Amino acid sequence: MRGVILVIIGVVAAPLLGGLIAGVDRRLTAWFQSRYGPPVWQPFFDVAKLFAKERLLVNTWQVFCAYIYITAAMLSVVLFFLQSDLLLILFVQAVGAIFLVIGAFSTTSPFSQVGANRELIQILTYEPLIVLVFVGIYLATGSFKISEVYSHTSPLLKSLPLLYIVLCYALTIKLRKSPFDFSTSHHAHQELVKGFLTEYSGPYLALVEIGHWYEVVLILGLCSLFWATSWTGIIVLVGLTYLCEILIDNVMARMTWRWMLGSVWTMGLSMSFVNLIWLHGG
Amino acid sequence: MDYLKVFITKSRIKSPWLLHFDCGSCNGCDIEVLACLTPVYDIERFGIINVGNPKHADLFLVTGTVNHRNKKVLANLVAQMPDPKVVVALGSCGLTGGVFREAYNVIGGVDKVVPVDVYVPGCPPKPEAIIDGVVTGLEKFARKKDDRP
Repeated sequence: MRGVILVIIGVVAAPLLGGLIAGVDRRLTAWFQSRYGPPVWQPFFDVAKLFAKERLLVNTWQVFCAYIYITAAMLSVVLFFLQSDLLLILFVQAVGAIFLVIGAFSTTSPFSQVGANRELIQILTYEPLIVLVFVGIYLATGSFKISEVYSHTSPLLKSLPLLYIVLCYALTIKLRKSPFDFSTSHHAHQELVKGFLTEYSGPYLALVEIGHWYEVVLILGLCSLFWATSWTGIIVLVGLTYLCEILIDNVMARMTWRWMLGSVWTMGLSMSFVNLIWLHGG
Repeated sequence: MDYLKVFITKSRIKSPWLLHFDCGSCNGCDIEVLACLTPVYDIERFGIINVGNPKHADLFLVTGTVNHRNKKVLANLVAQMPDPKVVVALGSCGLTGGVFREAYNVIGGVDKVVPVDVYVPGCPPKPEAIIDGVVTGLEKFARKKDDRP
């Protein structure tokens, strides 16, 4: 019974929370740029409008890929709420991310193609880092199970501070925030037209948007594992992390994929190894 | 279902994504369009986003005269926008061809090629006039029939 309730919370509450986070994000960004900004509910209006638009398809693959993406994103959030295996969640989420790219590759538009290539490199950059974070969690708690992490007595942040920063790198790439917003961007709507989302339109763009909200909730959920001992700790840690993300998004310029691959792997891998050695030695 | 329809109508008014096309304008109107996006006017507070992709756009802002070269581009862009959509013609040139209407290569205003919903006069129109035109267009956009099959 508890499992059913958790599944319902995962399916219904996660996109509502994700959309609200996106709305607050846009409002805060506008505030940073001395603008007034749209209402907090703006992402929901956008999605409702997109659902009522005409279906304009390039090919049927896109429809399939959009549905697989949202299903995988939803499933990974549900698995998270059921306190399942971290590695399983990662693989389910990766399937969705890859299908989104395949949908972009299935069209002949050059903007879509270049965007899809860049998105693939972004996936290549953050996936190994997330695996290393999970390895760190395993070494600290002795299990990949989220339920075990929640029953751990002391906050993981104490033993894995550097790996938390590595997770934040992955979060920034996954949220497509500056300086890593070159496959598609929330703010500069002219970057490569709309990158790999160029050919998704109408209801299918709405599906991709809802899938993105699920993913945001998933990654913030992963952040919450690092202070899972108290609710106050979770809220403070996740809130602060997201505020930092918005700040970084506003103060950084957009960089190239070469810079991202070089700097994120250098910083991410070295911080991961230092933290893992420290964990092993201590 | 009525409640859903009301919400969708409200969402359309609240979330118009805007595509801007310079159809042979002198850039006077275009500067005024871009001025609407600055912190002074900040049209994002109405949910308006300036997109670069016709497939994501709801409102189409066209400036400048139409000639034999760019009429295909204009028609193509309108065809790529999913329904429902609204076309707004901006400035004297977009309305009638302006001072260039007698030129041998000029066809005339935007409405010679694609159906136009709202006309915003001026040379160039002020940002306030453009916002007013867009708001008028929004009412039409919300009332347009749901063309989804």
